[in-house]
Amino acid sequence: MVEWLQSVAPNVVKKFPELLSSTEQTLLMLFQSGAISLVIGLFFGVLLVTTRKGGILQNSAVFTILDKSINLLRSIPFIILLAALIPLTRAVVGTAIGTRGAILPLVFGTVPFFSRQVESALLQLDSGLIEAAQSMGISPFGIIFRVYLKEGIPGIVRGTAITMISLIGLTAMAGAVGGGGLGDFAIRYGHQRNQVDITYATVLILLLLVSVLQSIGTWIIKRTSH
Amino acid sequence: MIELSSVSKTFPGKTQQEHVEALRDVSLSVKQGEIFGIIGYSGAGKSTLVRVINLLERPDLGRVMMGGQDLTAMNPRELRQARRKIGMIFQHFSLLPSRTVSGNIAFPLKYTGLSKEDIQAKVTTLLNLVELSDKASAYPSQLSGGQKQRVAIARALAADPQVLLCDEATSALDPQTTLSILRLLKKVNEQLGITIVIITHEMAVIKEICDRVAVMEGGRVVELGTVFEVFASPREEITRRFIETTGTMHRVQEMIDGDSPILRLAPGELLVRLQYAQRSPSAPMVSLVSRRFDIDLNILFGNVEIIGGSPLGALVVVASGEANKVQEALAYMMEQNVKVEVLKHG
Repeated sequence: MVEWLQSVAPNVVKKFPELLSSTEQTLLMLFQSGAISLVIGLFFGVLLVTTRKGGILQNSAVFTILDKSINLLRSIPFIILLAALIPLTRAVVGTAIGTRGAILPLVFGTVPFFSRQVESALLQLDSGLIEAAQSMGISPFGIIFRVYLKEGIPGIVRGTAITMISLIGLTAMAGAVGGGGLGDFAIRYGHQRNQVDITYATVLILLLLVSVLQSIGTWIIKRTSH
Repeated sequence: MIELSSVSKTFPGKTQQEHVEALRDVSLSVKQGEIFGIIGYSGAGKSTLVRVINLLERPDLGRVMMGGQDLTAMNPRELRQARRKIGMIFQHFSLLPSRTVSGNIAFPLKYTGLSKEDIQAKVTTLLNLVELSDKASAYPSQLSGGQKQRVAIARALAADPQVLLCDEATSALDPQTTLSILRLLKKVNEQLGITIVIITHEMAVIKEICDRVAVMEGGRVVELGTVFEVFASPREEITRRFIETTGTMHRVQEMIDGDSPILRLAPGELLVRLQYAQRSPSAPMVSLVSRRFDIDLNILFGNVEIIGGSPLGALVVVASGEANKVQEALAYMMEQNVKVEVLKHG
């Protein structure tokens, strides 16, 4: 087995410990920045839906600022955002390099995208549900938690799966500016030293990661849709 | 119970022409314990009107009073408290799809200080009332339209409201199911003493259960009265059109216009429409008149319905005999409060 592996993927076998630690770094970046982004994105997504015209907390100032900021952040290519945020990252986290330094730019790159996913999931809910809850005298706070966030679960989970998968792509880019992880690993060995088997191995791991995330998402959606 | 005074509501459009005046100076009062119907075509403003009652739409002008309280003067917290006493059901049911039937009915009761046991007991009672005890743990997607509306009614009744607002509650249902939902509403009205306001575009719904009716057109209430009065002597053209939709009498005019052979008259004969405008058609009018005036009355159509608890109907007859006798007979019937309308001369 080992001999066979050595013959088809000699570099992977040689760099196996580094492959493992790179995977670990990718997972770390993915789940840390993912968790932070989900909380913030959920908050902004709810804000986008409730403060818009006709929303239960209609507030055009909040809505306009949020809407425009999201558009602005989404229009900046991530690789440029990475570089532009270095001073801020250094101020907040203490370092702009390594896995720790990658978290903040990843959050900045993910939150606007996820906020839009949450927004579109919540807007797809039947507006009659909101009206019915209002007619029962439920408070705006109650409507957010008991109607929007509860009834919106399948849509939000779908958006979460899409966001996490696109975040995997961002972590690979973050690797390029010193974040480590599988992207960095693939570029350094697979690309720069032309060790193609390393590239293939990385792609395989990422493929596995994407499939697992998507399956979890699909499973939750199935369980929560009636 | 409910008092609207001079309520107006305009939905602004991009230009002056695009403004929609949904309600123009509407005043009406709904009495405690009655079933009050509001009928109108799409765009007449009736959906806005029902939303103004619980302030889902805030009127631009005017006041909404409910049980002596001015809803329009309340702050948001007071308004939410007041809304708990105003149940509402909708055309598309608006059940929460992620919750079971029980969960939907319990929804307005959660976080109100009631214990779990109290909520469960309340849900069980309501499920019995709407005859869906066996569906307690089903999800809305597993129910038929009529069952969904029953759940919605149970949910609307959960907080013991004094008023139930029904926004086109039967418009998405087939006639059979509509009837069963209307019977349930009647039961709710009689057993629980809940005042009901029904918005509809179907005169059959009004006829079936309402005590009084308001007819809306162009954002105004154009006619208002007991259902019997309005059916017996409609004043507005639009009201007449609504009434025609429930009976078959309007077919007579179509047959006259189409020169139907059934309605061909011999010379001297008259085609006459007779309608009892009083609550109790007492005398056997047709046989009495034909004997007393020595004329023949041949009944072609008859349509008698029970409206507002009283029979209301019309006959279309062919009157034949000596011309002056026929005229005397018609005059006599008019004296007896029968509405006489000559449709066609032979």
